[in-house]
Amino acid sequence: MNNTAIPNPQTAIKHPDLHLDALDNLWFQVSGTLCNIACDHCFISCSPRNHSFELMTLAEIRPHLEASREMGVKEYYFTGGEPFMNKEMLDILELTLQYGPATVLSNGMLITEKKARRLREIEAASHYSLELRISIDGYTEEMNDAIRGEGVFKKAMKGVQLLYAHGFLPIITVTKTWEDYEDEAVLDGFLNVLKSHGYARPRIKILPSLKLGKEVARSRGYDQYEMVTEEMLVDYDCSQFICANSRVVTNRGIYVCPILIESPSAHMGDTLAEATKSYELKEQACYTCYLYGAICSNFSSGKREA
Amino acid sequence: MENYQKIALIGGVYSNYLALEATIADAKSRGADAIFCLGDLGAFGPHPDRVFPLLQQNNIAVVQGNYDNSIGNNLKDCQCGYTDPRDNYFARLSYDYTYANTSEANKQWMKDLPAEIRFNMGKYRVLLCHGSPRKMNEFLWDSTTPTHFLEKLCEDFQADIICATHTGLHWQRSLESDRHFANVGVIGRPENNGETHVGYMMLTVNPQPVFEYIPISYDYQRLAKEMREESLPEEFVETILGGWWTTCLEILPAKERITGQY
Repeated sequence: MNNTAIPNPQTAIKHPDLHLDALDNLWFQVSGTLCNIACDHCFISCSPRNHSFELMTLAEIRPHLEASREMGVKEYYFTGGEPFMNKEMLDILELTLQYGPATVLSNGMLITEKKARRLREIEAASHYSLELRISIDGYTEEMNDAIRGEGVFKKAMKGVQLLYAHGFLPIITVTKTWEDYEDEAVLDGFLNVLKSHGYARPRIKILPSLKLGKEVARSRGYDQYEMVTEEMLVDYDCSQFICANSRVVTNRGIYVCPILIESPSAHMGDTLAEATKSYELKEQACYTCYLYGAICSNFSSGKREA
Repeated sequence: MENYQKIALIGGVYSNYLALEATIADAKSRGADAIFCLGDLGAFGPHPDRVFPLLQQNNIAVVQGNYDNSIGNNLKDCQCGYTDPRDNYFARLSYDYTYANTSEANKQWMKDLPAEIRFNMGKYRVLLCHGSPRKMNEFLWDSTTPTHFLEKLCEDFQADIICATHTGLHWQRSLESDRHFANVGVIGRPENNGETHVGYMMLTVNPQPVFEYIPISYDYQRLAKEMREESLPEEFVETILGGWWTTCLEILPAKERITGQY
């Protein structure tokens, strides 16, 4: 038997540095890691009690919006946790939509008639698009609530209905927790159930799961060989990496991407100007981004062709 | 360097040679000094080879679009930038048909097209491109393109007027710095508004730049008939006849999507 020690790939392999092409997408961790629910697959384990990152105020966000103009930012994204836990969320959106298009990643449960109406007013007053992405992870109560918690499906669907009734076409964002062969059946299931809830023109985005946070216990963590190496980037379109065109602002400074805010190495600085340096792709979640490409943007859900 | 006063800017043709004929005739009748095409000659419509003689005989300078780059370089797909499986299904049908029906000579001609064309109009430095000056297949929609982003593009690419196409919907914005951006729309298919006409952009500089979007009526019934004869998808024919987009919708931002039918 050959006893030659296998080197630890984490330390033995040189990971490539990825430079920021342009800061097209500016994210805000607007509700920190605070969420009204605690999903089994959350890659940063958000919950009502996770204060690892705190809510951001309008006053904290404003200077970053101002700085983003000179950098030519194209789109603004708001995530958490649950963004609508932030009491200033509507004011933040109203301000942001003076700068450019905005997208909110929400679970839809806190959308009320009053909020939907206000969102409509804010959207109508802006030249730019306001996208609402609503996370739902199963097309039945049973499937969804097994991951997202009891009673969540009904509340999320109610949020979708309210948004649609107020002239929005929310993008239903689904984390893939099924096998490839089930793709078509799941997509059909979603289309049917959304239509039966009155959402006549559903838009659906499917995301790969990230093997971080609570997802490690739900399915598995990354295998030690699942990582990005320099050889893998030969003839690869590096603009597929979120960090080639994005950064995320949190209450604890600026991080390389919304997935990696819990990795100390992903902290890039306190100002956008400091955060433009290149990033070494050494985290294993970078491998998911490598495989699926720009997974966080609104219109990128395609699995990479072999 | 040429110094034009009035130019016609034609966006994606998508093999719609009937609309191209009508557009060229209209631009000439309005006294355009020159006609430019911003790329994407094939896709969607029938008989892709029919657009080339029209462009060449009328001295139309053409910018390379992603479709032209793909067909010209024998790539496996159109690089349209779609991400939805249904969008990609229809893009595939369209690409395979166009590739199979484009002559080798025309493929070579497309391969050699420039990624941008620059000239002056009065004091303005004009840059014509397909998607954006920085990326051939970048979508610049009205509702997702911040004004400060356009300012930066003008600065980075040293241009006062930038014109692009690629999205299929025309729009125009003038910036505080007396710089200007126009998406000239396309003549390949209607603008997802229930109308059957297509359109192009006329740019006049005298001495200020004025953009005028000119709707073009053409024999769309004949185009639809030829598309059916070529067994192109009925979904595409429906768009030509009814003016609503039926495919490649998932890439539309919220504001542009909500006004459509699908």
